[in-house]
Amino acid sequence: MATPFVPQAIGIRAPSPNWPGYLGEGYTLRSWLVTHDHKRIAILYMLAITAFFFVGGAAATMMRLELATPQADLVSAETYNKLFTIHGVVMVWFFLIPSIPSVLGNFLVPLMIGAKDMAFPRLNLASWYIYVLGGIFTVAALIAGGVDTGWTFYTPYSTRFSDSNVILVILGVFIVGFSSILTGLNIVVTTHKLRAPGLTWFRLPLFVWANYATSLILLLATPVLAMTLTLVGLERFFGIGIFDPALGGDPLLFQHLFWFYSHPAVYIMVLPAMGVASEIIPCFARRTVFGYHFMAYAIFGIASIGFLVWGHHMFVSGQSMYAGMVFSMLSFMVAIPSAIKVFNWTATLYKGSIYFSAPMLYALGFVGLFTIGGLTGLFLASLALDVHLTDTYFVIAHFHYIMVGGSVMMYLGALHFWWPKISGRMYPEILARIAALTIFFGFNLTFFPQYLLGWLGMPRRYHEYPPELQVLNLFSSAGAAVLAVGYLLPLFYLAWSLFWGKRAPANPWGATGLEWQTASPPPKHNFEQEPVVTQGPYAYDPVR
Amino acid sequence: MRWLPVAASDTAARVDLLFYSMVVITGVVALGVFVLMIYFCVHYRAGSGADRANPPPRKKWLELGWTLTPLAIFIGIFVWAAVVYACFYRRGDDAMTIFVVGKQWMWKAEHANGRREIDELHLPLGQPVRIVLSTEDVIHSFYVPAFRIKQDAVPGRYTSIRFTPTREGEYWLHCAEYCGTDHARMGGKVVVMAPTAFAQWLERGSGNASLAAQGFELFRQLGCSGCHVNSTVHAPDLTGVYGRTIHLSDGRTLIADEAYLRDSILLPKRDVVAGYEPIMPSFQGQLDEGQLYALITYLKENR
Repeated sequence: MATPFVPQAIGIRAPSPNWPGYLGEGYTLRSWLVTHDHKRIAILYMLAITAFFFVGGAAATMMRLELATPQADLVSAETYNKLFTIHGVVMVWFFLIPSIPSVLGNFLVPLMIGAKDMAFPRLNLASWYIYVLGGIFTVAALIAGGVDTGWTFYTPYSTRFSDSNVILVILGVFIVGFSSILTGLNIVVTTHKLRAPGLTWFRLPLFVWANYATSLILLLATPVLAMTLTLVGLERFFGIGIFDPALGGDPLLFQHLFWFYSHPAVYIMVLPAMGVASEIIPCFARRTVFGYHFMAYAIFGIASIGFLVWGHHMFVSGQSMYAGMVFSMLSFMVAIPSAIKVFNWTATLYKGSIYFSAPMLYALGFVGLFTIGGLTGLFLASLALDVHLTDTYFVIAHFHYIMVGGSVMMYLGALHFWWPKISGRMYPEILARIAALTIFFGFNLTFFPQYLLGWLGMPRRYHEYPPELQVLNLFSSAGAAVLAVGYLLPLFYLAWSLFWGKRAPANPWGATGLEWQTASPPPKHNFEQEPVVTQGPYAYDPVR
Repeated sequence: MRWLPVAASDTAARVDLLFYSMVVITGVVALGVFVLMIYFCVHYRAGSGADRANPPPRKKWLELGWTLTPLAIFIGIFVWAAVVYACFYRRGDDAMTIFVVGKQWMWKAEHANGRREIDELHLPLGQPVRIVLSTEDVIHSFYVPAFRIKQDAVPGRYTSIRFTPTREGEYWLHCAEYCGTDHARMGGKVVVMAPTAFAQWLERGSGNASLAAQGFELFRQLGCSGCHVNSTVHAPDLTGVYGRTIHLSDGRTLIADEAYLRDSILLPKRDVVAGYEPIMPSFQGQLDEGQLYALITYLKENR
């Protein structure tokens, strides 16, 4: 019988005790900066997005500190506006969107389909440099004094009224979009062309399905964002009237274009997280995922209906009442496949043999938080309720349950689950479980009170608020402190494990995917010989 | 410390019923999922003696069941919420119209008799109210949590929302759409008064002429009357224009509402009336939002 917490390792061992795998293909800075290896590029992405995560996190910490009291005492109105703008811009475009696809998708998709590398290795490296260039523009805007439009850049404020560095930030986001497009293209082509013999579409792990669907959204939606931001730039810089009614434009046109990208962008953030949950839960429940086909269809259902719901951000914007009704109906429809996924993950636990390793704690937390985030989304899809709740803390709580409770939880879960494969080392299990529980607790303490604040009518983007709302705000700020500790813990112990962690076997979790059938860390071209696939994924057996 | 918001309008009562029903429905679903998850996690923890024989790989009826049941519930909620939403935008002659303009960073309201207020809005109890919104600069959003109403004020157009105050008292008025530096300080209070007290209040402060009278004055000053009243220049007569069906020179027809009148003053070339030459000059930039609305109010009442 296995130990109660960690399933038995099975499979092959590394060729030698000190096997460095792809990490040993060169130790110079140059060997990293000109690499074509998808695994190394994934690590470059990991370093870059981690840096941005802590920039965005610092801004959020300052905001929560300011909101501990109803008066403006820590920062001025202007500074607060710049803080939430930079928090949004950095977390959305420089952390969440590239998090799972560009780091873990990049690392794992070729391994999971038995390929040597991505279809376009040079393009893969180029996309990282484009990301860095976009990042430089954004950081430059920060250093030059910040920007105060909110991450949504609503016109005509962004084009005519804000006197902050709008153009610089727009350029940064415009550029980083191309990095998304190229990564998406690479994952789509890789999935189509480089699957190992025998690996049919319905033998693909759901993580690959999710990254494939995400990549299609990246390809189709990101160009719309690029165009929209270009138009904002043209109006701001040259006074060409597109969105400003004083110049003959229409401000609602901006909102339609912006949300046509930014709503699907939510699915860019959460679909890969769903893919990760679908890998971790079967592994630690020792059960095949319940309803594999429905799970794959649900991913595509979400990705396609997700393109048709953007108008639900605009129920009080002055768009036609009938348009509101159509978008409301479609928003309920997109909730159906999400519900299916939650039920299937729960059913996967039935008759399993469940181990509570750190990745599983993250995954179980993810399912719970995603459920709450999804159900509260139904409130916002309901037209009459949205009138009261939109642009309040209810919305803030809702999308943080999806993006932080969902995507960030699963990014961390994935990082732990595949850490042995990525680094060749085991992370410290007890500390990791403590961190997972700290984050879960801190997250709920931060964001659950915000649902109540929203229902009580506290508008978002306020640095001052009615004094009767202070108690709930204090809970939220206290939670943010716990959350900050929770996020710092993995930073330290994962770095520690790189040097002092126990060496990882090829398959420490007894998992099924192809990525576990090669050494940890894998060699430069992933497999010593091309694997042949003879069955579907998740062939787990709870009884064994 | 309050845990639940005050409900001070007819819309608030309807929205609250829907909200608390949703809390119950989604609460049952969430609780069901969490109880099952926790039960499975305890019962099927590794090393427990639970029976794991013959786990079901998939069950079609179960999957169809948990797809179609939510679908049915969702359609029900959608219809309910849409019906309540439609009430916010119902048109009817019974409502008292108040014109509110957003401006960085204040709300300016003007009552029909010409009484103006800033960052405050006085309303009579039990009287249906229609707030017509506009803005001098960026997008703002008129938000009174106690009424559960919110409506963006969008540059270049009118938006409106309707409700009936049902409880006397003072309530927060906020701006809910981010509008720049002092966004958080843009707002004040809404005061709901007994009808007689409101009538007295309304009379007390109106040193101004009524909106319609101000509009008539502008109608003459700006020279509108020169062409639109008994003139030799070929321009449509505007008596009773509001609510009339208008045939346009490009074949379209529309009902002359506030938006149409606004566009005809600022963008006269957009909707040219059939049988007339497009010779009217634009008044863009010559009128502020208050004057423009006064002019439209005059046209509405000039029957």
